Amino acid sequence: MKISRPTLDEAIDSFTGGAVVREGRVKFEISPLVENGNAVPVSVEVDSPMTETDHVRRIALFNEKNPQAEVVVFHLGPRSGRARVATRIRLAASQTVVALAETSSGDFWSAKANVIVTLAACIEDISQQ
Amino acid sequence: MTRALVNAPKTARRGEVIEIRAMIQHVMETGYREGPNGVTIPRNIIRRFVCKYAGEEIFSAELFPAISANPYMAFSTVATESGTLTFEWTDDKGETQSASAEITVT
Repeated sequence: MKISRPTLDEAIDSFTGGAVVREGRVKFEISPLVENGNAVPVSVEVDSPMTETDHVRRIALFNEKNPQAEVVVFHLGPRSGRARVATRIRLAASQTVVALAETSSGDFWSAKANVIVTLAACIEDISQQ
Repeated sequence: MTRALVNAPKTARRGEVIEIRAMIQHVMETGYREGPNGVTIPRNIIRRFVCKYAGEEIFSAELFPAISANPYMAFSTVATESGTLTFEWTDDKGETQSASAEITVT
């Protein structure tokens, strides 16, 4: 199946509105070698005091080679206490995955990870299952 | 109906940061797969998740097909008062499923 999708950079630009993204402040945990792309545990932690005046507003994940660039967008606030989220994602191929954080001051921070996937997810043929 | 599992501490001290984990049974059909007859299986994913603490929204998420089946999410919040945590998931069909947990804050 031919699928057209925005590139990783285009997807990040549409999230940030073209703002500058700096590397750092984001701790992105994902296994570098994944056996099953159907459920890959990930966690993202952002260095932030999470106060009323200085907190993380959004944490998002983007991928390079799935049929769709977006993975998830989390909305946080000062009541979160700590800027840490975890979930499980699908990866359709070995690729780069990017975690982005938007702070209350409108700054964007990121961390990227390269993941090798041995069994891919998402676009397999169900008749062969 | 589907099953939802939520996990939050039953008690906490005021001001403590608590971790909340939530999972729901859902196929998260991506819309990119083909069935045995070669026809694409229509997309049906959970699009949105919201957690409220004593009625006020403290966390939400927009989900895409790249979230695994039976979506799991872990996040945190500051224990502010005794009350109810409510969780709500909404899928492409517009069906919502909710769950709740009580917390006592001392």
